[in-house]
Amino acid sequence: MSKLHVTSIINGEPVEFLCEPHESLLDALRNAVGLTGTKEGCATGDCGACSVILGGRLVPSCLVLAAEAEGQTVTTIEGIADGERLHPLQQKFLEHAALQCGVCTPGFIVAAKALLDANPNPTEGETRYWLAGNLCRCTGYDKIIRAVLDAAAEKHPKVSA
Amino acid sequence: MSTRTFEHVGTRPIRHDGVDKVTGRAAYGADVSLPGMLHGAVLRSPHAHARIVSIDTSAAARLPGVKAVITGADIPPNSAKLMLGGEAALDLHDMGDNLLAHDKALYHGHAIAAVAATSLDIAREALARIEVVYEPLPPITSVDAAMADGAALLHDKYKRNIANRMEFKRGDADKAFADADVVVDREFRTPMVHQGYIEPHACLARTGEDGRAVVWCTTQGPFVVRDASAAILGMDPAHIKVIPTEIGGGFGGKIVVYLEPLAIVLSRKTNRPVKMVMSRDEVFRATGPTSGSKVRVKLGATRDGALVAARVSLWYEAGAYKGSPAGAGAMCAIAPYKIPNFFIEAHDVVVNKPKVAAYRAPGSPIAMFATESAIDDVARQLGMDPIEIRMKNAAAEGDQASYGPKYGPIGFKQVLEAAKNSAHWKSPRQANLGRGFACGFWFNAGMSSSATVTLNPDGSAAVVTGNPDIGGTRAAQALMVAEELGIPVERVRPIVADTDSAGHSDVTGGSRVCYATGMAVIRAAEDVRDQLRARAAKIWNVDIADVGWERGKAVPLNGAAKDQQPLTVVQIAAQMPHTGGPVVGRAAVNPPMAGPGFGAHICDLEVDKETGRSTVVRYTAVQDVGKAVHPSYVEGQMQGGVAQGIGWALNEEYVFDANGVMENAGFLDYRMPVASDLPMIETVIVEVPNPLHPYGVRGVGETPIVPPLAAVANAMRDATGVRFTELPLSPPRVLRGLTAD
Repeated sequence: MSKLHVTSIINGEPVEFLCEPHESLLDALRNAVGLTGTKEGCATGDCGACSVILGGRLVPSCLVLAAEAEGQTVTTIEGIADGERLHPLQQKFLEHAALQCGVCTPGFIVAAKALLDANPNPTEGETRYWLAGNLCRCTGYDKIIRAVLDAAAEKHPKVSA
Repeated sequence: MSTRTFEHVGTRPIRHDGVDKVTGRAAYGADVSLPGMLHGAVLRSPHAHARIVSIDTSAAARLPGVKAVITGADIPPNSAKLMLGGEAALDLHDMGDNLLAHDKALYHGHAIAAVAATSLDIAREALARIEVVYEPLPPITSVDAAMADGAALLHDKYKRNIANRMEFKRGDADKAFADADVVVDREFRTPMVHQGYIEPHACLARTGEDGRAVVWCTTQGPFVVRDASAAILGMDPAHIKVIPTEIGGGFGGKIVVYLEPLAIVLSRKTNRPVKMVMSRDEVFRATGPTSGSKVRVKLGATRDGALVAARVSLWYEAGAYKGSPAGAGAMCAIAPYKIPNFFIEAHDVVVNKPKVAAYRAPGSPIAMFATESAIDDVARQLGMDPIEIRMKNAAAEGDQASYGPKYGPIGFKQVLEAAKNSAHWKSPRQANLGRGFACGFWFNAGMSSSATVTLNPDGSAAVVTGNPDIGGTRAAQALMVAEELGIPVERVRPIVADTDSAGHSDVTGGSRVCYATGMAVIRAAEDVRDQLRARAAKIWNVDIADVGWERGKAVPLNGAAKDQQPLTVVQIAAQMPHTGGPVVGRAAVNPPMAGPGFGAHICDLEVDKETGRSTVVRYTAVQDVGKAVHPSYVEGQMQGGVAQGIGWALNEEYVFDANGVMENAGFLDYRMPVASDLPMIETVIVEVPNPLHPYGVRGVGETPIVPPLAAVANAMRDATGVRFTELPLSPPRVLRGLTAD
């Protein structure tokens, strides 16, 4: 079986790659495209380590076929920072010590970006439920939730009446 | 030591490896690749217990793209030689047999054969073409079944399925029970659970025509990987270089070798690099979770709350080969308390399940779930406050620990006091909630560590160790160098080096890196500092005894060189070429022991009595850490341990069918806590300095997983009036318990 040719906009750049028809977007990103920041924790859509934003929607890239990225925009962890300037979420993760081993961090930051894109000022409960698709085994989530809420507060300071 | 004031230690700088980790640049085990590399895959046993009659690999080998197929015949049989693997001794025979089964498959998922091929698809196709004939044997899936009369034997050489038994005692427990006013006697059970690190095991091996191998892998112990691979394969360790990648969690589970020797053999057979990455399914079925258990606890107390007698019997599943943490559990079970009369026995029981590996304070959570639940019952029967009864019996400096040595300065009473004064304990208990309290103990480890500190001509420094950084140890080591040299922490570069570049260090485990490797780092920085003093003496033309060191500067002493201005590190470093060349500090340490860690946890639990579902609504962890070098990562260790412990208490378990097949080998059904399951986790850091460490550090990572099991169960008891003695407290079990009568 011959490989499929796929053209996507990945992190703002047009990218062409070849993939097997059954290949996941996760594998294509990590192998054919060379973006290894997106991680595999389970390959069954349960851990969120492979979170990417595909056509504006947060998806586990392990459950998406690479061929489905044809003509779509894909944002991975490598595309979150603005040049040399970290995204506020990345900065807050560092300041709040919201990572230990760090392997879930790319997925959390991508998922949190999708949250803030959709809901710029989430409550703690909304943040916890949105990020319930991302597993972290090191932090107990405390500092992650604080980092996300702080990033939101900085971008959208609460106006006192 | 305790009076020392710190400039850097105790601050919260951004971790040095942080930017790489928030941008996706950090390379983990599966992120390393080489040109021309092959992909390896492993065939695993579909039976929990079976004799291997024959393996035919010819059809697999013929498949185009397949470059090598190996079986147990390619792993030389080793004698039962032990090597130290951190928190457990590793038996080379058993590890080799676990890598690829030789005669019997001992658990569902046991590796039988491995393939290297030009693509993972082809490797998997090849696995399907390997023909194995098995003679199934009765699977043994619990300690009770393993010890039953006529039980099938896993290993003929043991004659029974109890591989080890130990006991220790003090006083006369039987007599003390007879005299006690209150006796609680219960049996507890916990299921097999997994560390649940998010990154599966992964490695890449490249061998050369010179017989040398380079291995990139995710591991807590690169020197263990080197030495174990060499010993198992009959190679010279000098011919293996292990380059540790970033590690995506370990918690004790990434010390044993599962893939690395296979990748080396496959690379040798093909003369190409071979990469091997486990699936999550393989991680659950074929790595090292911790024991399922049965623990019987009997406690006796007098009316005033003094614990006078304890009897603890532990049976831990070792999995397919000997070596459960039952002994450590026995040593921890009543360690926080002065109990004059006790009898403790531990049994290491082999069963047809994956061989257990270390998991955060191995053995202690299981044992202390039982004893801390039983103490809660004693307190209830006496009408005593749960903190009060523990305070009354708490061990302190000078007391002889139940496991042997006399305690040095320990912080258990201070921890209890801090818990009593915490905002959480002082807050009124809401009517719909149960509140639980429990304590935990872990020894913490010392062992061997090395460190090198190099000074750059611009006065910045690098610190090199051989300990993979899981929880922020690089940031802690940079703080230590900054403290000793008086330079900004941002100007210290902490590095985890490979086995050819770093001095020997034992594993990242045992809560030992900040303590023991940290001690080496401090000594190496002191070595640099003394050399800088010598350089200043040279510049000033005075004796080194006349040069002191204050806040990052060489200062003249004793009236010598009194016209000289103090010299900063930057100034002395700039002069290095003219004062003797580069400055390199080094140190190696081997502390035989560490400072014991005690914790106390408070849990508020809401229980839905219609569904049995429970929710932790407030949680506080108090712990004596000796000295918090980077408080954010100390808090992070405590919070992470709590989350794992809550998972163990409420939902996590290996579910096996009657054939010994795990039915929930995935993150959907093996239910670890997610963000919406947990509240913020409050932390109270207590600092009773450990005199064995220059800053007083004890180690922090393991103790916090110990108390949650009983803290949650005691909260459940408080909320429902029912004492649950088996984990997890999943909704079906709780519902059954609530409707039992």
